[in-house]
Amino acid sequence: MAGPVAFFAVFFAYPVAAIVARGLKTDGTWQFGRIADVVARSDIRHVLWFTTWQALASTALTLLVALPAAYVFARLDFPGKQVLRAVVTVPFVLPTVVVGTAFLALVGRGGLLDAWWGVRLDTTVWAILLAHVFFNYAVVVRTVGGLWAQLDPRQEEAARMLGASPLGAWRKVTLPALAPALAAGALMVFLFTFTSFGVVQILGGPTFSTLEVEIYRQTSEIFDLSTAAVLTLVQFVAVGAILAVHAWTVRRRESVLRLVDASVTARRPRGTGQWAVLAGVLVTIAVLLLLPLAVLVGRSLDAPGFGYYRALTRDDGGTFLVAPLTAVTTSLEYAVAATAIAVLIGSLAAAALARRDAGRLARGFDALLMLPLGVSAVTVGFGFLIALDEPPLDLRQSWILVPLAQALVGAPFVVRTMLPVLRAVDGRLREAAAVLGASPWRVWWEVDLPMVRRALLVAAGFAFAVSLGEFGATVFIARPDNPTLPVAVARLLARPGDLNYGQAMALSTILMVVCAVALLVLERLRTDRTGEF
Amino acid sequence: MHHKTLVAVAAGLGLVTLSACGSTDDKGSAADSKTVTLVSHDSWAVSKNVLSDFEKQSGYKVKVLKDGDAGQAVNKAILTKDNPQGDVFFGVDNTLLSRALDNGLFQSYEPKGSDQIVQKYRVDQDKHRVTPIDTGDICVNYDKAYFSKHKLTPPQTFADLVKPEYKNLLVTENAATSSPGLGFLLGSTAHFGDGWQDYWKKLEANGVKVVDGWEQAYDEEFSGSAGGKKAHGDRPLVVSYASSPPAEVIYADPKPTTAPTGVATGTCFRQVEYAGLLSNARNSEGGKALLDFLISMEFQEDMPLNMFVYPVRETAAVPTEFVKYGPQAKDPETLPADKIAANRDQWVKSWTSLVLK
Amino acid sequence: MLLSLEVATVRFGGRAVLDAVDLSVAEHEIVCVLGPSGSGKSTLLRAVAGLQPLSGGRILLSGRDQSGVPAHKRGVGLMFQDHQLFPQRDVGANVAFGLRMQEASKAEQATEVGELLEMVGLPGAARRAVAGLSGGEQQRVALARALAPRPRLLMLDEPLGQLDRSLRERLVVELRELFGRLGTTVLAVTHDQGEAFALADRVVVMRDGRIAQSGTPLEVWQRPADEFVARFLGFENVVPATVTDGAAVTPWGKLPVPETAPQGTRTLLVRPAGVRLVPAPEGLRCTVTARTFKGTHVAVHLRPEDGPRLEAACALREAPETGSEVGVEFDPTEIVVLG
Repeated sequence: MAGPVAFFAVFFAYPVAAIVARGLKTDGTWQFGRIADVVARSDIRHVLWFTTWQALASTALTLLVALPAAYVFARLDFPGKQVLRAVVTVPFVLPTVVVGTAFLALVGRGGLLDAWWGVRLDTTVWAILLAHVFFNYAVVVRTVGGLWAQLDPRQEEAARMLGASPLGAWRKVTLPALAPALAAGALMVFLFTFTSFGVVQILGGPTFSTLEVEIYRQTSEIFDLSTAAVLTLVQFVAVGAILAVHAWTVRRRESVLRLVDASVTARRPRGTGQWAVLAGVLVTIAVLLLLPLAVLVGRSLDAPGFGYYRALTRDDGGTFLVAPLTAVTTSLEYAVAATAIAVLIGSLAAAALARRDAGRLARGFDALLMLPLGVSAVTVGFGFLIALDEPPLDLRQSWILVPLAQALVGAPFVVRTMLPVLRAVDGRLREAAAVLGASPWRVWWEVDLPMVRRALLVAAGFAFAVSLGEFGATVFIARPDNPTLPVAVARLLARPGDLNYGQAMALSTILMVVCAVALLVLERLRTDRTGEF
Repeated sequence: MHHKTLVAVAAGLGLVTLSACGSTDDKGSAADSKTVTLVSHDSWAVSKNVLSDFEKQSGYKVKVLKDGDAGQAVNKAILTKDNPQGDVFFGVDNTLLSRALDNGLFQSYEPKGSDQIVQKYRVDQDKHRVTPIDTGDICVNYDKAYFSKHKLTPPQTFADLVKPEYKNLLVTENAATSSPGLGFLLGSTAHFGDGWQDYWKKLEANGVKVVDGWEQAYDEEFSGSAGGKKAHGDRPLVVSYASSPPAEVIYADPKPTTAPTGVATGTCFRQVEYAGLLSNARNSEGGKALLDFLISMEFQEDMPLNMFVYPVRETAAVPTEFVKYGPQAKDPETLPADKIAANRDQWVKSWTSLVLK
Repeated sequence: MLLSLEVATVRFGGRAVLDAVDLSVAEHEIVCVLGPSGSGKSTLLRAVAGLQPLSGGRILLSGRDQSGVPAHKRGVGLMFQDHQLFPQRDVGANVAFGLRMQEASKAEQATEVGELLEMVGLPGAARRAVAGLSGGEQQRVALARALAPRPRLLMLDEPLGQLDRSLRERLVVELRELFGRLGTTVLAVTHDQGEAFALADRVVVMRDGRIAQSGTPLEVWQRPADEFVARFLGFENVVPATVTDGAAVTPWGKLPVPETAPQGTRTLLVRPAGVRLVPAPEGLRCTVTARTFKGTHVAVHLRPEDGPRLEAACALREAPETGSEVGVEFDPTEIVVLG
């Protein structure tokens, strides 16, 4: 427990506190009056209001669109299901800079909607909402679908026998059982959309701004650190509240339900109703998720003979100091390091939280671990800069800073994946091993590890994919050497010229494929209880 | 079998811990007098052989920290000025210069060869805290194909842009968040003085579109760029750089004989980028040598094709591609840094409520 | 003594689950702790195993104080109530676990495992998966696993609890034989007196964390220490009584008791075999309320006109019909005056 606490204290709490303090302190005295001033500003209130309502609307829309898919993935069996489940998760881990462009191909000018109905949604709030559905589809499919697959279908059948209609049986039996997962999934989506950055910036145009975007502007462009500090605090409070509710629903979910093996609950579709739902979901996935991804791939292939891909390996002697393809290696290296850190910290934390004697304080830490997901990357990045600048912790120029920042994002996923499995391990198995002569370390190695091995691999894969696609923290940290994949993509996109644009698309496609492969491997390893993701 | 996996994982973790410890050595080398550290923005680029020439001649090893976009890089440098990340900062332009100077980011040093720099770019002549390194023009670019197809003459001046024949053709960037967006706004204030707000009202009436960043404007909305063509961009006028047309030629395979885009030379605002020796630099001797290098003929002539900017050294040759595909504006708009500093926030605020609300 | 508990106490939030327990187990002895659930018997085992720290008192193994000695260094074996076999390992790997912890060589492990499986009646089962085992087989594997590291003390928590009756009866005999042959020192806990009496050299009855009685199975069966022990052993006919000179005044009237019985206000136990049925007018008048078939006899439940209900043991053929009126006489040799 001490390890994870120290990690989060040093690499999260301290840097964030430092940058907030820098903003709120003038000549050594706290300017708490600034809080009231900033919150009272009408433009800030507008941002707050927009942030909240778009998050609510996005969450509702995501649930609406993704729930049928959760059902399909949980209850129906069809060829290619595993691959598809991996593919729908790809957007979740792709950097927004990349997908923003592709998504415009769906809702923007000349996009599918434009071509069919002459509807253009770019720079409207609909583009933001739809993009949020695109990014968070997998969250609902995985949280809700994961639980749904483990609910005993016979309960619903029992209700049918008692005279309930199919819909009635679902509403009375399945829905209440799903409620905790629904709430947890909805809250995760709310959290991600409340703190949405890239989507709002790229698709929203200059008129829409969330708290996260505003924090970025105030810190990075306008350099008004005191306003940024207040906004960071506001976001902290909001995210803290969301996480508290989330932790509460997760606890309910873990305690109440009795579950069955997920592999036995899915069947081939029967009847027109089920076929229709399946078809509807597949079409939705094709249009909403696959099409934008396909556009990316298509654009990357636009030059004859894989020209953009071949250009990636060329060293232009300047621009990047290295060939862009080297970014793939760099990214993989960082992702491996970040995964190792995230898995180490996350599993230590999960092991500590899983102990039956874990008190209230530890449960609080559970929620605390999720905070990095809700804190602006620019805040953390600038915080690192001023907090970790003294030996022995002058890490500002060390390569380890990037994996550390990425691990902050990856660790919560590891905890959320492993905790349910660890909590499900019977404590007496550990005792049995102890009386047979196993030391505590040996007990963990011989009993816990074999049980959580698959969950651990799943968690590691997720952390890997997330750090591979992580953009925010990485761009705010100075890198002396090679850029990561998403950063290289962003740099290529920032220059005019066909080759630059094409290489950006090609690199994005490579990123996508690497992510998809990682996720597909995860699918193969899915355990009965893989936690929330 | 699974034991091997676990051993591998454990070994991996151990490795990370070890390298984490090892990484503290990096810092030691950064502080030593044989390494000089340059802090810059993401656009920094130099040819390898040119940099290694400098390293060979000076005996210093150059370490480059790319620290985000221009604004971020300056802000971060200011945040860390008591304990800077490097010795030299390159990439503060005239729109941010006052912020850097007022915050005491730089210490005085006049590099060798400063007298070779074009007179009008020199600033801070009494203290010599910053040295101009390059210039670039923010100008409206036009899609040649569109205008020839519609038998229209492309606009050339600010005044042209509000003419009815160019209605709904221009896309620009948010002046609050984008560097070219701000440059175009500053250009208009320099050109029209107090009348800039009226000009923007007319632009607004003429259907100007504002997006958040250069990438969206140039790669999505503009019909003349490689990305914009794929994205079915329908705006043949975009606020970009005078060096964008040469880039469209250089970064194409095969290379076309003429640039697909042109520059409206009467709409340009000139940005000057400066470098300086950071206050509290650990290796100020190395920093001074690096600054000398930045205005050396070799670097000045290498720089244009790497960063798509123009040299500030009077006799430095401009690449032929620039001459051929990207005419430099004869008389671009300029504003003194202190005037920008004094008015910037107010202008951006008024512009925002005028155009975005 | 191999194991001694000295005023061993365990408190959960102020409540003493183990309350100043003194207990010793000699080498090669089989001791069974008998008690209802919640009497603290499992806690007793966990404390000895080192899984539950003491709040007071101490535990000695071979004369050495075990405080501060962690579970894995105590050298005792514990067989869990529901076996707790490691699900990812096969039978052989489960049995070999303790040997592996002792760094035994592969060859040693293989030989040991083979012998142990043979001993518990599962020869050649080493490669079988744990999930495919029946309850009885799991129990045998758990036993082999617990025996493998040759613990100086083997503890069994409800060893036969989840098995069906016939299997239980067979296994309990096998276990006793096996332990006798190996000379294993055993401390077992159970709530089933049949199991305890069949297995143990000595029975310890626990109540609310304290020891209510300790003795050989015969002693305990014949002379329960108090009403609690008597009722826990399944005796229903327990009443308050005033004993004077070979007679006891009870709600059922004046009953004969042995001359040697202690005098005064006492609790009286009448074994069902001591309740003899006679024609209604000749004894205490009772109505038959129910009959339960017990295999070798019939338990007849009686409601006297006055006083608490009675249970009588009756030969199969002599059992009266439900609802009929009978008389009851008491046999002094089956009457025990409790302490």
